Amino acid sequence: MTDPSSAPALHMTDVRKTYRVGDDEVVALDHADLTVAADEIVALVGPSGSGKTTLCSIAGGILSATSGTVVVGGEEITHYNDRELTTFRQNQVGFVFQTVNLVPFLTARENLLVVDEMGRREGRPARDRADRLLHELGLSDRAKNLPGQLSGGQKQRVAIGRALMNEPELVLFDEPTSALDTELGAHVMELIRSEMKARGTSAIVVTHDERITEFCDRTVRITDGVLAA
Amino acid sequence: MKVALRELIRRPGRFATATAILTLIAILLMFLGGLLDGLIRASTGAVDAQDADALVFSESSQASFLRSRIEPDVRATIEAELGVDVGGLGVVLLGARVPGNGPRDLANVAVWGYELAPRRVPAPPAPGEAWADEILKADGVEIGMELLVGPARTPVTVAGWVENTSYNGQAGLWTDVDTWRGVLNANRPDAALADDVFQALVVRTVDADLASGAVPDAVEGLFDGSVVALSVSEAIDEIPGVTEQQGTFNQILGVTVVIALVVVALFFALLTVERTALYGVLKAVGARSRTIFAGLVLQAVIVTAVAATIAGVAVVLLDLVIPPGSIPLFISVGRIVSSVVLLLVAAILGCAFSLRRVLNVDPASALGSSQ
Repeated sequence: MTDPSSAPALHMTDVRKTYRVGDDEVVALDHADLTVAADEIVALVGPSGSGKTTLCSIAGGILSATSGTVVVGGEEITHYNDRELTTFRQNQVGFVFQTVNLVPFLTARENLLVVDEMGRREGRPARDRADRLLHELGLSDRAKNLPGQLSGGQKQRVAIGRALMNEPELVLFDEPTSALDTELGAHVMELIRSEMKARGTSAIVVTHDERITEFCDRTVRITDGVLAA
Repeated sequence: MKVALRELIRRPGRFATATAILTLIAILLMFLGGLLDGLIRASTGAVDAQDADALVFSESSQASFLRSRIEPDVRATIEAELGVDVGGLGVVLLGARVPGNGPRDLANVAVWGYELAPRRVPAPPAPGEAWADEILKADGVEIGMELLVGPARTPVTVAGWVENTSYNGQAGLWTDVDTWRGVLNANRPDAALADDVFQALVVRTVDADLASGAVPDAVEGLFDGSVVALSVSEAIDEIPGVTEQQGTFNQILGVTVVIALVVVALFFALLTVERTALYGVLKAVGARSRTIFAGLVLQAVIVTAVAATIAGVAVVLLDLVIPPGSIPLFISVGRIVSSVVLLLVAAILGCAFSLRRVLNVDPASALGSSQ
């Protein structure tokens, strides 16, 4: 294991992911090589079914690669079992999902704290961090609001705060603006960029919207499971 | 756990249906249990009250008081050989006329004659008087009232109340042995007994160098099979219908618990299906299956505890408004607690059916598609 401070946030080498469908083998990701430097924001662009979600899932420790090597923040997770992957997700990565997916009966603050309650259980430091994140995201006055009382942009900001709660090496954004209009989408992307850069946190933004790429440092395209720089 | 608790607090309506159904089931469980206990008390209270290490019957009586005859020499032998306290005991089941009631409106009574006081019953009253079981209050009986017992209308005056001393569903009237013998001989001449002859003997090991559990065998060992000596619990089991009642009610109670288990299982299985997407997100952000399942169990336990508490209060109130003696209902803390424990176990087992579904939730489902 290398020193996390100098290691890239993500280093994927020759990663393959295949599925068995009946007697056939479906290749979702084919010999993918991808490195995301610390502090780098990468746009992963491709049409539906191209394998971008699979790549994201493998990078985030949700799926295991069929072959190849995956290193996140200096920690090789290639051969982790389910339990180890769960611990890895608690500590090393953050997710922002396409449909936001906040817990509907928890307030904005509690939605951030759920990451701690389900994982590290730090208590007071986690509560302080949640308050700080809400303040930085401009949601201090919405901390006690349930998701149903928040606008689409506010929900997305809560989701970003949740992704940052465990101070991750890498945040994975899955179509973060697909449910938003153009203007709000741009605002959210500006926010994502500023938050990531302010923390020196790396990010992969999965999208099929070319306009998103201007907010990222680099764009990687994927078609039929094959990455093209 | 906190997430599960907050859902319960903030979305109580979601759990209202399950709580209402479980409350009804809990009421049924406690009420049926109370009826079983009441019926058993009404059948066995007088025997259960006996403060005895052994109850002795004649061999051919099949432990029936009404068929049993114990001669004085048997009593003398037991006292001499074992150095124990021995008291005569007998009963006769009759109807009693209550002043103010109609001539056909008889109170069912079991007139007991005793020498050694049972638990819950004072020492024998004065001749012609009786300690009356309080369920006779439902028939309008009061202290000081003179009851006319049996077809011979033998007068017995109520001197005070005792609790839980019924026998075969008939209220106990506890008298000294001479009063009892007088009632028996006057009203059941076919079963009349001579002086010093009893239906059964109560044997106690007070100041005796004999272990309590060994008394029945020690008594039987003194005779060549001419007497049967039973512990109190054995004597209760010999009362006709007791075992059958317990078996039948326990089967009904068992089915009720299974129904509670199925209700919890179905409710939380549906809830789990509804929450698959949410669980996917929670797993993606690092929640373990055991944490999610523990939340489900906690919700099931709380819903069941709330339902059982409401049911417990309802059954106690029901017990208070039902007049004593009108139906054989006996609500005890033990019955309520055991019902709550059974329901909680059923809730936890019911939840277990959702475990596989929770384990199968794929965190990849949170990221659109797993492919």
